[in-house]
Amino acid sequence: MATPNAIEVANIVKRYGNFTAVDGVSFNVAEGEIFGLLGPNGAGKSTLIRMLTTLLEITEGTALIDGYDVRKDPDKARLRIGVIPQAMTSDGDLTVWENLSIYSKLYGIATAERERSIDELLELVDLGQWRHAPAKNLSGGMRRRLEIARGLVHRPNIFFLDEPTTGLDPVSRVAVWEMITSIKQKRNLTVLITTHYMDEADRLCDRIAIVDHGKLVALDTPRALKNSIPGSTVIEAQFLHAPAGWEQSLGQLNGVTSVQPEAAGMYRILTHDGSQTTTGLVESARRSGVVLKSLTVQSTTLDDVFVHYTGRQLRDQTVDAPLYQPPAMYQ
Amino acid sequence: MTYGFFKSARMMAIVERDMRKFLRSPALMLAAMVFPLVQLIVLGNAFGGKIHDARLGLVDHDGGPQAVRVLESLRSVESNARTFETIVYTDERLMIEDVRRGHLTAGLVVPPQFSRAVYEHSRPRIGLVIDNTDNFLTSSFEQVLTEMVQTLNQPDFQPRVVQQAELKVVELYPYIEYMKYLLPGSITLAMFVSVMIGGGIVYIDDKARGVHEGYLVTPITKMELVAGLNVAGALKAMGAGVVLTVIGSLLAGVGETFRPANLLLMLLMIVLTSFAFVTMMFFIMVRVNDPLVPRAVFGILNTLLYFPSGAIYPVQAFPKWLQWIAWVDPFTYSVHGFKAVLLKGVGLAAIWPDVAYLCLFALTMFIFSTLLFKRTL
Repeated sequence: MATPNAIEVANIVKRYGNFTAVDGVSFNVAEGEIFGLLGPNGAGKSTLIRMLTTLLEITEGTALIDGYDVRKDPDKARLRIGVIPQAMTSDGDLTVWENLSIYSKLYGIATAERERSIDELLELVDLGQWRHAPAKNLSGGMRRRLEIARGLVHRPNIFFLDEPTTGLDPVSRVAVWEMITSIKQKRNLTVLITTHYMDEADRLCDRIAIVDHGKLVALDTPRALKNSIPGSTVIEAQFLHAPAGWEQSLGQLNGVTSVQPEAAGMYRILTHDGSQTTTGLVESARRSGVVLKSLTVQSTTLDDVFVHYTGRQLRDQTVDAPLYQPPAMYQ
Repeated sequence: MTYGFFKSARMMAIVERDMRKFLRSPALMLAAMVFPLVQLIVLGNAFGGKIHDARLGLVDHDGGPQAVRVLESLRSVESNARTFETIVYTDERLMIEDVRRGHLTAGLVVPPQFSRAVYEHSRPRIGLVIDNTDNFLTSSFEQVLTEMVQTLNQPDFQPRVVQQAELKVVELYPYIEYMKYLLPGSITLAMFVSVMIGGGIVYIDDKARGVHEGYLVTPITKMELVAGLNVAGALKAMGAGVVLTVIGSLLAGVGETFRPANLLLMLLMIVLTSFAFVTMMFFIMVRVNDPLVPRAVFGILNTLLYFPSGAIYPVQAFPKWLQWIAWVDPFTYSVHGFKAVLLKGVGLAAIWPDVAYLCLFALTMFIFSTLLFKRTL
C-alpha cells in the first residue's frame, strides 16, 4: 500500500505583475519523508515554501497540507505545520522558555500541556539547562535549535525548514542535521527543507527537487539524480604542452561521456569507469609527451547534479518583484 | 477566553511578548519621556515670564516739569517691575541708531514744548521708537508704556462723578503659569512619542526582522494580532502618560492632579489618548515595511499634530485651515481634556466631548487598520 501524501502541490504558480516567481510546480511529499528543495538564488524556493506555509497567496494551482487546501483552510493547514524561517526570528530579549511559551499560547495550548510540552522540547533540542537564558546569549547553533523547538510547540505533522543551517559553523551544522534526523524519527514528521548546501541535501533528504527559474527541473532520490547525469566519476586533470586535438583524444578514452575544457590546460572529464579512464589518461599523456601537472578523481556529487541542471553554480540576479525581504540593515 | 473567532489568549500572547521585551529594555521608552519633560521645563521657564532688564533710551527735548514726571514714572517702573532700565540720551539720532543696532529695545522721545502742551490740553504726545522685529517684545513694551501714560493722564484730583467706563476682570481660576499651561501638552506629547517608538518604530523593526513572519504561520487571526499589537502599544503609552502626569504635576506645581476624582479622570484621558494615538499610528504604519519610514515621518507627524492642538498656543489664533487640522487631530481633544481636569478641576461633564471623540477615533482607526492589515507577507 502506497504511503499517503503529507504535501500535494499541483501546478502552483506565483506571479508578481509580469514576473513569474514560481511557474507551474507540481510534486508530492509522502508522510515521513524528508524532501529537499534545491536551487540557485532567486530560483523560487523561498517563494514556494512561503506559499505552502500560508505566508504568500497562491496565484494559481493548489497545495494540500495533510489534505487541507492552504487557500481554503489556511488555519487547519497552519495547525499541522511547523515553520522555521530563514531569518532568526526568536526574541533575543526573551528567555528560551518565554520564547517557547509565547508561541504555545499563540497556538492555544492549555497551561498544563504547555509546561509539559516545553520541558519535553527543551530536552529534545538539548537546551534544558539554558531555559532561563536570554535568547540573545545563545550561540548561532543553539539559537537555531531554539527555533526548531519553537516550530514544534504545537506538535505539527509537517515541518518546513527554510535554509536552517545558513550562517552556522560546520560543527553547528552537523549538530542541526543530527537534531533534525532525530526529531523526525521521534515525532514521525514529514520534513520539507530548502538549502544551498549540497552535502546537507545529500545527507538528509530522501528525495530532492531542483528548482530553477521558478520551474521544477529535476526530482528524484539523491542517488538517482547522481546517476541521471552523464558519467558517475569526475576527473579533473591539468596538462602542460597539450597538442591540438587533445580534447578529442581524451574523449576517446574508455568510459568517457563528456570532456569540458576549462582555463589554463585544465579539463573536466566525466566517465562511467573512473579507474579505466584514469589509467588510459596517464598512459596517453606519457605516449604523447604531455606533462600531467595535476589529477583529481572523485565520484559524482550533488554539486555536479546541481551544475548539470541549473547550468551554473553562482548566479547574480536581481528580481524586480514586490517580494517581502528584510532590509539590508537586518541581514 | 473565546469570543466567536476572537481568542483573547492569542491576543494576550502578543501583548505579553511586547511587554516583556519592553520591560527588559526600557531605555528607549525612558528616552521618550525625557523629551517632553525637557520641553516642559525649558519652555515652561522660557516662555510666559515678564520682560525685565530691557534697555530704554530717553531723549528729553522739553526739560519742563511734565517731562520730569515722565522720567520719574520711568524710574518708578525701573525700580519696581524692572521691565527696563532708562538710559538718557541728548542726541535723538544717536538714540534711534542705537535702537536699530539693537543696543536699545526702544527709545522714548519727549518733544519740545511737551509740558506746555500738557498744561494747554492741546494733545501732548510722547514718541516711542521701537524695534518691531520682535512682536512679543514690542507688544510688552507698548503695554507697559501705555499703562504708564494712562497713569500720567490721571487727574491730580478725581472728579466726584467718574464718567469713564471701566472693565473689571474676574478671573475664574488662579493665575496659570506657562509651565502649568504646557503640562497637558507635555503629557500628550510623552504618550505620542511613546506610541511613535513603541507602536511605530518597534513595530516596523519587528516586521523587518521577520518576527511577524513567525506570527503569521500560527492560527492567530488578523483582529487578534492587530488588537494585541495595539493593546501592547497603548500600555506603553499609558505608562509614559502616568509618569509624565506625576513628574510634570510636581514640577509645575499642579496640586489638582492628586485629588482622587481628578486622578480617575486623568487616568480615563490617558487610557483613551493612548488608544487613540496607537491605533492612529498603526493605521499609518500598517502597510509600511521600511524601518526608515517611521523615523522619517516622526518629525512631520509631531509638527502636524502637536502644534495645531492648542498645546502651546490657542487654537482660536490659528488660520482656518490650521483650525481644520486641529478639529480632526486627536491631540486637540486630549490636550483640551487634560487642561480641563488639571487646570480647571472640572468633571466628566466638561470633558465628555473629548472622551467621546477619542473613543470614536480609536475605534475607527482600529477597524480601518484591521481591514488594511495583510495576513500574508
